[in-house]
Amino acid sequence: MSKLLPFVRRAGRTAPDTDQAGTRRMSTSEKFISIEGIARRYPAPGGKTTTIFENLWLPMRRGEFVCMIGHSGCGKTTVLNILAGLEAPSEGAVIVDGQAIAGTSLDRAVIFQGHALLPWRSVLGNVAYAVSSRWRKAPKAEIEARARKAIATVGLAGSEHKRPSELSGGMKQRVGIARALSIEPKILLMDEPFSALDALTRGTLQDEVRRICVETGQTVFMITHDVDEAIYLADRIVLMTNGPEAKVAEIVENPLPKDRDRTQLHHAPGYYALRNHLIDFLVSRSRTMRDAMPADYDPRHPPVVRPSLSEADAEAIAASTEPAPRRA
Amino acid sequence: MTRTLNLRAGVLSLALLTAILLVWQVAVSGTAKTEAMNPEYAALMGATATTGKSAMPGPLDVAETIGKHLKDPFYDRGPNDKGIGIQLAYSVGRVALGYGLAVLVAIPVGFLIGMSPLMSRALDPYIQILKPVSPLAWMPLALYTIKDSSLSAIFVIFICSVWPMLINTVFGVASTRKEWLNVARTLEVGPIRRAFTVILPAAAPTILTGMRISIGIAWLVIVAAEMLVGGTGIGYFVWNEWNNLSITNVITSILVIGLVGMVLDQVLARAQRLVTFPE
Repeated sequence: MSKLLPFVRRAGRTAPDTDQAGTRRMSTSEKFISIEGIARRYPAPGGKTTTIFENLWLPMRRGEFVCMIGHSGCGKTTVLNILAGLEAPSEGAVIVDGQAIAGTSLDRAVIFQGHALLPWRSVLGNVAYAVSSRWRKAPKAEIEARARKAIATVGLAGSEHKRPSELSGGMKQRVGIARALSIEPKILLMDEPFSALDALTRGTLQDEVRRICVETGQTVFMITHDVDEAIYLADRIVLMTNGPEAKVAEIVENPLPKDRDRTQLHHAPGYYALRNHLIDFLVSRSRTMRDAMPADYDPRHPPVVRPSLSEADAEAIAASTEPAPRRA
Repeated sequence: MTRTLNLRAGVLSLALLTAILLVWQVAVSGTAKTEAMNPEYAALMGATATTGKSAMPGPLDVAETIGKHLKDPFYDRGPNDKGIGIQLAYSVGRVALGYGLAVLVAIPVGFLIGMSPLMSRALDPYIQILKPVSPLAWMPLALYTIKDSSLSAIFVIFICSVWPMLINTVFGVASTRKEWLNVARTLEVGPIRRAFTVILPAAAPTILTGMRISIGIAWLVIVAAEMLVGGTGIGYFVWNEWNNLSITNVITSILVIGLVGMVLDQVLARAQRLVTFPE
């Protein structure tokens, strides 16, 4: 498969490659979610206002997994809260499936950073609470069946009657995922869902989420600090410059194939180029870009970027095309 | 480890009890000097003056009185001679009524105040001023408006129980975790369902703490209130026995009041454990 990819070798920094113009604009019919010119401002001392971000535009396709990356304070969580309907934008609107959103909706499920389980309910009780909110008139047996199915999907069958306090951090977050999935939302919103977990648990949960989302074609918007998590999970990665007055610096298309293996990801061609690009952004460009945006920057259409292959990728490709005795 | 600790604590408790009883017995068994006096005057003065024996009963006298009360707690021989069981029943009944009324008022009102930051701030000065008022200070006002001493006592219990419950309910409701409320919001849960399925369970431990403080205060206040209004109740019984100079009965009442107060507190402590959730 590596032979199919055009191979551009550039020393040092990987330059954004916007040649693949097919990805540059998204047609209106494609847009499942469209964030249109939203802003969020807070009153600051002295009668001034602080603008976290303004004129932010972002389209998403149906079934797409979008990750947003940026430093603390760039308003990532605010964007997610606006998508969820928990906060209202100061300006602009969010269109989902052709309709402007107003407030929260059962169509948009949120997986909270701190799991946010109700500690006085059991695992089943927590999920059933969501199910009974979705299908208010459903008979008890159906609610329980749906809840049990969602719990089984995240691999927690058998723990239905445990209380959240009896679960490990990873299991609690699984319940959070089950609760969100149980209401069959159109969009799944995740706010750094794995940031509080240890690396091993995080890995398995990423696998679970990826499997579930690929199987169900779920549309997902996720916030993360973790570059590798974004590379593994996302179809597109939205890069935010530092706040206040944060902007969508660019939208990075993930060149890795849909069929991914987390443990072999670093052998995939394009991995290093993508990773370097993202790290470079977080290390320096997130700061420098905010102060000096390119002249042709159009907030309505942030540049779409597909990083080209790096030297390390070349080695990775060379290694993967050679008969590798260890992997055979 | 805890078993031996419990055992050791039990043994120490018993030893303390024995020591106290012994000291008590020794302290009251001595006799003081007596002076020769006119026999008619001596008859009026009673045993202390004539025999030098202390008017303070010893533990054995008190035990005997307790035994008598236990044998027949519910006798009724007219307004000034009722069994201790009947008196206690009156007191517990008044507390139950006043306290129950306070629960019915404080928890719903506290809920509404707690959910509204505006009401919370607007009503805070009233609560802060009325809370520290001794409940007995309400008594004249209650007697004047209600014109019934027994109902006035119930009102006093109500007014002293209402504040801790109100304040705790407001606090518990207002400090419901935002993330739990957000869960309810994203699930489009209506306000009434949210109140019962999220806010009430989240605030229940704090509310129960308020209820436990209130029952303690109510039981303290009922004794004083009944001393004032008279007629029936354990408070009246204590005062009546003081007027009869029956120190044994006063000591018996103190023990009984303590015992009932402990039971009331334990009942609420158990309820509190039922609604407390581990995190």
